[in-house]
Amino acid sequence: MAETITKRTFEIYRYNPDDGAKPTMKTYEVELDGSERMLLDALMKLKKQDDSISFRRSCREGVCGSDAMNINGKNGLACLTNMLTLPQKITLRPLPGLPVVRDLIVDMSQFFKQYHSIKPYVVNETVPPEKERLQSQEDRDQLNGLYECILCACCSTSCPSFWWNPDKFVGPAGLLAAYRFVADSRDLDTESRLDNLEDPYRLFRCHTIMNCVDVCPKGLNPTRAIGKLKELLVKRAA
Amino acid sequence: MALAVHKYDAVVIGAGGAGMRCSLQLARAGLRVAVLSKVFPTRSHTVAAQGGIGASLGNMDEDNWHYHFYDTVKGSDWLGDQDAIEFMCREAPKVVYELEHMGMPFDRNPDGTIYQRPFGGHSANYGEKPVPRACAAADRTGHAMLHTLYQQNVKSNTTFFVEWMALDIIRDAEGDVVGVTALEMETGEMAIFHAKCVLFATGGAGRIFAASTNAFINTGDGLGMAARAGIPLEDMEFWQFHPTGVHNAGVLLTEGCRGEGAILRNKDGERFMERYAPKLKDLAPRDFVSRCMDQEIKEGRGCGPNGDYIALDLTHLGAETIMKRLPSVHEIGKNFANVDVIKEPIPVVPTIHYQMGGIPTSIHGQVVVPKGDNPASVINGLYAIGECSCVSVHGANRLGTNSLLDLLVFGRAAGNHLIATALSSKAFKPLPANAADYSLSRVAKLDSSTGGEYPQDVANDLRKSMQLHAGVFRTQKTMDEGVVQVLAIAERAENLSLKDKSKVFNTARIEALEVANLMEAAKATMVSAAARHESRGAHTVDDYGDTAEHPLGRNDDTWLKHTLWFSEGNRLAYKPVNMKPLTVDSIPLAKRTF
Repeated sequence: MAETITKRTFEIYRYNPDDGAKPTMKTYEVELDGSERMLLDALMKLKKQDDSISFRRSCREGVCGSDAMNINGKNGLACLTNMLTLPQKITLRPLPGLPVVRDLIVDMSQFFKQYHSIKPYVVNETVPPEKERLQSQEDRDQLNGLYECILCACCSTSCPSFWWNPDKFVGPAGLLAAYRFVADSRDLDTESRLDNLEDPYRLFRCHTIMNCVDVCPKGLNPTRAIGKLKELLVKRAA
Repeated sequence: MALAVHKYDAVVIGAGGAGMRCSLQLARAGLRVAVLSKVFPTRSHTVAAQGGIGASLGNMDEDNWHYHFYDTVKGSDWLGDQDAIEFMCREAPKVVYELEHMGMPFDRNPDGTIYQRPFGGHSANYGEKPVPRACAAADRTGHAMLHTLYQQNVKSNTTFFVEWMALDIIRDAEGDVVGVTALEMETGEMAIFHAKCVLFATGGAGRIFAASTNAFINTGDGLGMAARAGIPLEDMEFWQFHPTGVHNAGVLLTEGCRGEGAILRNKDGERFMERYAPKLKDLAPRDFVSRCMDQEIKEGRGCGPNGDYIALDLTHLGAETIMKRLPSVHEIGKNFANVDVIKEPIPVVPTIHYQMGGIPTSIHGQVVVPKGDNPASVINGLYAIGECSCVSVHGANRLGTNSLLDLLVFGRAAGNHLIATALSSKAFKPLPANAADYSLSRVAKLDSSTGGEYPQDVANDLRKSMQLHAGVFRTQKTMDEGVVQVLAIAERAENLSLKDKSKVFNTARIEALEVANLMEAAKATMVSAAARHESRGAHTVDDYGDTAEHPLGRNDDTWLKHTLWFSEGNRLAYKPVNMKPLTVDSIPLAKRTF
């Protein structure tokens, strides 16, 4: 491992409602010794320098979804962003389109409200068997690429349709989840799930810009899931 | 100052697997339940569990709970309580089926049943051969389980207080627990939660060590709160080192790798586990495998330029199996080690992973403490479940997959116990007049601090010291030194200074409050460890080696007992291990070979 000290420049969005000042971009020089593999490691070092910088973080391995932020103009997870992939100067802003609570921390209420709006749980009111409900391997495979979502909001907050109508458009994360339950052979609620989305805004505001696919840190494809939902609605209308 | 008071039948602290399994049980029964969590529920550390949930479904090979029971007792190095272990292993199939009915996306067998993979220490026919017992969703079992439980809680209208940190337990004059104080991170304001019952599901304290597979949030908050309220912590000297943490990164690679057939190799390419564990080989329990790896490294057979790691070889599994069964492992290899595990072995070292000890409880999750002649007198109104608790099913060493199982079984059991004891019809006990004074003074001290040390400097010194003095191989000398050092660091933690005194989402303030909890967990660990003069499970001490009288250094004559550490005066007490299962014969003490 390289032990050479390098200096990196960070430009960070700073906002603290407590101090009454307007948001500003603040520049920092940070000395790194090469042990900071990921952006989160470097950020932790920076926080040692100025502990008033606030951001969320937890698992530091890309499964909890806490440390989503806008990194040099593109949404991503700090813990999965390798420092080698970043230029000398790193600009960090909060996820776009959501109210900023402080610094890199956004208020995610609207995002979760949309997730909750699609009834994010398997609905099956039949009496369950004594053991597991059987599911074929092919049926189970339908859930791949859907259930892995970590609710980090990188996708929805990179989507212009979500920026414009966060209260009406479910957004890519919520729609990915909606399709995850439609696709589950154990779920018996497809009709009402489709009813719930048959609306000029909730689903059809997706214009396949595909920013969601571009930024998803888990490599998921919400646009594809949205396409499947649209297909089902079209089929149903026919 | 008049604080806001929230009133609920039950307040669950922590929204991981245990907390949400419990809150689900309560919400479904119509109780008024609030769940407090430092992070949004699906960001709790259960999300990082990879390999599986242990249950003897027997979907792929003959299995039954008796085998699971035997493996868990033996895995615990006989420190686990056999009544609790029997309860957990018998309940296991039921809680897994329930989770499936909730929508958990388990992998499947060709016949449509839940896929199961072999795991460390899990065997058929009492140690004869490995058995597939770990119910898995690829290598994202914890993620799938946590999201499923959250989804069900959404369905059942559980009330969540997201990004709230609990600070202290409120006990009345009779010692009963009547609520907690908590801090809302977004506003920085404190409030009181008045409850008929408080349930701790706060997870472990893995962040007391410098190198850990644990998330940053795992600061032992429940342990700190309990210790400050005069409640002892049980068996805190037992910390699990997971054999396969990524070298230099700490990130976990599931035991499911070896469950799927991966092999540990030394620098000569030798599959050394065959030498140490002829029957279970790479699938021996974690304490055993970690020690063998350390032994290989110590004897000069470690890999790499510094000979300081072991190679985990998955290359013979093939791309298809790896991408289907272990996709996250592939991702982690790429992200954290620049290694494509399909093509080359990945460097691993034993890494701190799991806290076997915790707040002592009954099999219903009730917190129990010694009182007079009774070693397990119930504290009214307080429960603890999951990693923060010690029931004790894991004893001196937990088997892989038994942690997710523990969350489900005891989360559900605690909920059921509250329902059975008719919590909803009970009256609220009044809050004492000074309910929040202690927390208010702790926070006020920080908010007015000047000239003290930076909290994270003190926390980092603690982590380094713990790593050095309470590692895989311990010696009496290093542990004794560790006690002195850790107590000195804990003194320093009394005088912390906060530079930024703002309120709104001040993460430095939150972290400073966490330091107090880290200190309690670390003191408990170090003091309990130095006092236990034997080797048992994960507590391996060089001074207490293999002798004719004490095979493998385990001294059952003196040390077949649970440690209880009290914060006040760092006092230790002990209580007997329950060797009597609920309905079956006891598994008699024996030398542990695999």
